[in-house]
Amino acid sequence: MNSAFFPALQLALARPFIASNVSFLASLITPPNADMAPVATPFFFYLLSGLAVAGGVLVITRRNPVHCALALIVTLIAVANLYLMLYAPFVAGVQIIVYAGGIMVLFLFVIMLVNIERASKDRRFNRIWPAGLAAACALMALFVSAFVKGRTLFPDRMIKLPEISNTQEIANALYGEAGRMGQYTFTFEIASLLLLVAILGAVIMTKKRI
Amino acid sequence: MVPITTFHYLVVAAALFVLGVIGVLTRRNVVIILMSIELILNAVNLNLVAFSRMWGNLHGQVFAVFMVVDAAAEAAVGLGILIAFFRNQETINVDEIDLLKW
Amino acid sequence: MLNQFMSYLGSNVTPGSANNQLWALIYVFIIFAGVSLAVVAMNWFERKALAHFQIRLGPMRVGPHGLLQPIADAIKLMLKEDIIPQEADQFVFWIAPVIGLLAAFTVYTVIPFGPSQAVSDMNIGILFMLGVSSLGVLGIVVAGWASNSHYPLIGALRSSAQMVSYEIAMGMSVVSAVLMTSFNKDGTGTLSMIGIVRSQQDQGIWFLFKFFPLGLVAFVTFVIAMIAETNRAPFDMAEAESELTAGYHTEYSGLRWSLFMLSEYAAMIAVSSIAVTLWLGGWLRPFPNLLHAPAWDFIFSLFPGLTFLGLAAIAFIGVARMPAHFSFKIQRIGLAVFAALLGCMALLLLLLAVAGRSADSSIAARFREGIDYVYWFILKVALFMYLFIWLRATWPRYRFDQLMRIGWKVLLPITLGVLVLTAIVGVLAS
Repeated sequence: MNSAFFPALQLALARPFIASNVSFLASLITPPNADMAPVATPFFFYLLSGLAVAGGVLVITRRNPVHCALALIVTLIAVANLYLMLYAPFVAGVQIIVYAGGIMVLFLFVIMLVNIERASKDRRFNRIWPAGLAAACALMALFVSAFVKGRTLFPDRMIKLPEISNTQEIANALYGEAGRMGQYTFTFEIASLLLLVAILGAVIMTKKRI
Repeated sequence: MVPITTFHYLVVAAALFVLGVIGVLTRRNVVIILMSIELILNAVNLNLVAFSRMWGNLHGQVFAVFMVVDAAAEAAVGLGILIAFFRNQETINVDEIDLLKW
Repeated sequence: MLNQFMSYLGSNVTPGSANNQLWALIYVFIIFAGVSLAVVAMNWFERKALAHFQIRLGPMRVGPHGLLQPIADAIKLMLKEDIIPQEADQFVFWIAPVIGLLAAFTVYTVIPFGPSQAVSDMNIGILFMLGVSSLGVLGIVVAGWASNSHYPLIGALRSSAQMVSYEIAMGMSVVSAVLMTSFNKDGTGTLSMIGIVRSQQDQGIWFLFKFFPLGLVAFVTFVIAMIAETNRAPFDMAEAESELTAGYHTEYSGLRWSLFMLSEYAAMIAVSSIAVTLWLGGWLRPFPNLLHAPAWDFIFSLFPGLTFLGLAAIAFIGVARMPAHFSFKIQRIGLAVFAALLGCMALLLLLLAVAGRSADSSIAARFREGIDYVYWFILKVALFMYLFIWLRATWPRYRFDQLMRIGWKVLLPITLGVLVLTAIVGVLAS
């Protein structure tokens, strides 16, 4: 079974590498022309956010881990579509490729590797669930109060970014020279180091004999 | 109808965040706890991208891309730890992972 | 709605870019019907071609030369009993083929059959394609788990491990093709599929031949990754019947199994279309820039009609070679009718080529151009389908560890090297 785990692991970590390469190579995109008017925005927003929240509820309440994984995939795809509505197509593409296509495959592999029959017949919630629920309710109360009090803090304007140059601008921020462009080049290199450390750590931890 | 503003996206992100926190604090199965952590990270990403659109620059989106990378690394390491532990103790129940308790 | 209908006929952007919902929906229906028809034809062609490779005849009874065999297969699959294993998870068992089908068919939204004949020209077309085709793995993993049986589980894990391994190599070779688009005269590159074909047209060379042999190596690695992605021979260890009793779709019977088959063939056609768009020039006819005179345009526009004429001629020869026995009467008549249909199609296309001959923008000329674009695209994809069948008939299958070794230790370094060399050569050449 290990021969199946490592590829999934390596895939989940190599996908960001590919996605960033794609953005690099699209860094010379043609200048923007007219952008599209959005269609039926409130309908799609409510549909997608309803899907996302419903998927989230299913994740935390289903007994079977595979059902939870499928619900999480629904949530991830709904959130990717919300990114598309927020005029962030590159982040949406990265989300689908890395999250829904890589990390969830890794999760499904691990669920199958550690799937013990006892787990799906067990109780769903742990011993201290009232305390956890109370803490989460306190957090929700905090959010609600922050939103009610600070409603006027968020300006209602929505600046529309032209969609065509989004990938190009992200690529400029990630790979450009120092200065106004290329503010995140160093961060990008550190992220690659982080992925290397994660690969090494996960491989060493799951080897039977080092 | 009310036009969709940044605030609507923040509410959705907050709802996902609270659901993820409930999942982390109340579930027994370690894999489902890790999935709830992914929910939390997604909520934060949604927040970042919504604010990026509100302010009109790309800092939020770049940060969201880095967070997706980060989430991948963390999911991989977390699941690796889980597998290593499962090989030892044959359980994935957080109530029973208490070897280091006094 | 009527002006939405008419406004697309005179435009040269895709319906998605022009915010034209009616035509986008029409294209979705056309694609769905066309892909289903292509899967049926592919089923017949695979059985006949494999048989002829193995010096036998293949299906000959059901229709003339087995032409109605796929329809008989479809009817059989629909009428079979739908068996669900007892301990299987009902919902997950049901949804697994649906996930695979969704992933396979959603790729078609970005595939361009012509400069304005695509459902939508997304700016992140390649990124969308890579992402959606990686969702197909989920369907396989879930199908294997939901069957609650050993062989499907092992088959599903192996199959999905293979698919995720070769997705990396596929992505890297796609990246080197996208890199070649940025060596335009104005130095801009693009991720959109229509933009990639246009940049091949502007640069005057298919990316297959660009920076020879780098484009060729990238193309070959993409083809190998593509064959492994769709679990076809010689990479079909996970679903080979002699090894694993049909792998992840062992427990699926009847219509559910046919959904898996449909998604496999649809994925084959989809990734072949991607390969054609990225390296083989998409909808461009051979030598669009070099042989630009109207006479050459006319000669190349005769090709669709001549192709159908050739097919009709082959069918008529088949009619002539059938034994003149009374028990073959119905088959002879059937094949003759089919040949006559092909001949009529050929005549129609030839008439269209003659009527829309000049380069003005009359209705006939625009229609002819559209037909020509779609024809060249489908011809190249059909060549890829033949390549798939040819490889299945010719080569033995790889063992699973050999397969994984190729994916990680051979293809990935090669694609990385091609990417770096393409970048270096491109910068030096410009």
